[in-house]
Amino acid sequence: MKPLQPVAPGARVVLGVAFFVVFVGAWSFATFGGFVSKTFLADPLTMLRSGWTLLTQMGFMADIGMTVWRVLGGFVIAALIALPLGVAMGAYKPVEAFFEPFVSFARYLPASAFIPLLILWAGIGEAQKLAVIFIGSFFNLVLMIAVTVGNTRRDLVEAAYTLGVTDRGLIRRVLIPGAAPEIAETLRMVLGWAWTYVIVAELIGASSGIGHMITDSQALLATDQIIFGIIVIGLIGLASDLLFKAVNRRLFPWAQLGR
Amino acid sequence: MTASTILRIRGVAKRFRSNLGETLALQATDLDVAENDFITILGPSGCGKSTLLRIVAGLEVQSAGDVQLDGRRIVGPGADRGMVFQSYTLFPWLTVRENVCFGLRERRLPRAEQLEVAEGYLAKVGLQGFADHYPKQLSGGMQQRTALARALANKPRMLLMDEPFGALDHQTRELMQELLLGIWEAERTTVLFVTHDIDEAVFMGSRVVVMSARPGRIKVDRPVALPHPRHYSMKTTPVFSALKAELTEAVRAEVLAAQQQSQAGSPLAPAGAATEASP
Repeated sequence: MKPLQPVAPGARVVLGVAFFVVFVGAWSFATFGGFVSKTFLADPLTMLRSGWTLLTQMGFMADIGMTVWRVLGGFVIAALIALPLGVAMGAYKPVEAFFEPFVSFARYLPASAFIPLLILWAGIGEAQKLAVIFIGSFFNLVLMIAVTVGNTRRDLVEAAYTLGVTDRGLIRRVLIPGAAPEIAETLRMVLGWAWTYVIVAELIGASSGIGHMITDSQALLATDQIIFGIIVIGLIGLASDLLFKAVNRRLFPWAQLGR
Repeated sequence: MTASTILRIRGVAKRFRSNLGETLALQATDLDVAENDFITILGPSGCGKSTLLRIVAGLEVQSAGDVQLDGRRIVGPGADRGMVFQSYTLFPWLTVRENVCFGLRERRLPRAEQLEVAEGYLAKVGLQGFADHYPKQLSGGMQQRTALARALANKPRMLLMDEPFGALDHQTRELMQELLLGIWEAERTTVLFVTHDIDEAVFMGSRVVVMSARPGRIKVDRPVALPHPRHYSMKTTPVFSALKAELTEAVRAEVLAAQQQSQAGSPLAPAGAATEASP
């Protein structure tokens, strides 16, 4: 091994899968070998079996659908407002000077700490869940988009001006397309964070969703179900991440060049 | 040159402010550029030649003086002054063809016309086969050829070039010089070309201007008495050599002056003030 030396594509997949094998191996060893009590940690087979029961008999699919809907709903609302505001902040410095200090402050407010307040305001319905996701992702999105747009190469801006571009044209034809791949990356990352907020939102005051199933299982000491729920979240996260990456590659082939 | 003056630079000066105080980068400079002229500007680095060009482009605002293009005062950048930069400034998200169409699209030219113009200029710079490539798939020389096509496609009144071949290797640079000269001989677009390469300045220019060390001002202004079309073999003719020798002397004196200035201003210079201050 030498530093920064790339790994062959085949070896990369083998290595990636190998760690999952090691992980499940260690887990099996600890549980089947009787080193940990079943009460605290279920073994992999029990986990899969109860997962199957959850899906086929206990309507867990509806919970999953609910959670996905909440994440996407809250995230899409946040993105729809964050995109124009972030671009405006990146392009126009007075706009940035107006919003940036507040947004920088607001993004450190933990979304989960708002849950009691949001329950007071919006009840325990869907609006409250969406609001948690929104608070968790909106401020980060705005700030990261503004920075990306503001970092547009100045020589490209100057070149565009010498080609006769107007200020509006500059935003539409240089700032936005130049920042687009990085903004797409930001969306992908923040969607990942949104997943962690939704579970917290569902742990308190929810009657459906993956988080709700996990709290229910805790009361029954059903660690197998809790672990299954966590793994489902991980798998959905991984799938959405891969999908996002694939879409970005399709949309911005030029950004992949020379990497 | 019987043609009329299109660019008139009068008393243009530029001061830069920094936390160390004020520096005069360019002192009151006058320059007239005639239609169809190819003026090359030589000078030591930091003499303000790029600053002068950027003021003409409208990318920088002068501290004093006036620049007029066709009798109208320049207040900002515009499509009438195309520019080719030293850094690679093609838009990486656009193909070569769309880069060349950039200014045409801004002017809302019909799409068919855009493509026709782009096709023509890509042919002139020898890149017909690369229209669908992205800039990152091209070599540095090809990127600068595209940038040249992009600037020319806009049909500017003037072409401003800020050491456009400075980042290229020697062989590529010589080929680029011939390419640009060939295009200029055919189109006669007025060019203002900044460089620190004396061979380049003499070979390309119909007039060579030498600027002094900071604060910059015009020190030498010579017509180049070489006929067009120019062939690279002209670089070995007596006329070329004589002018090159004269300009080399002029630039050398300024480079030396610039070095002395920077040594005098550096903290390593012997400081007599400290001993005087002590009792």
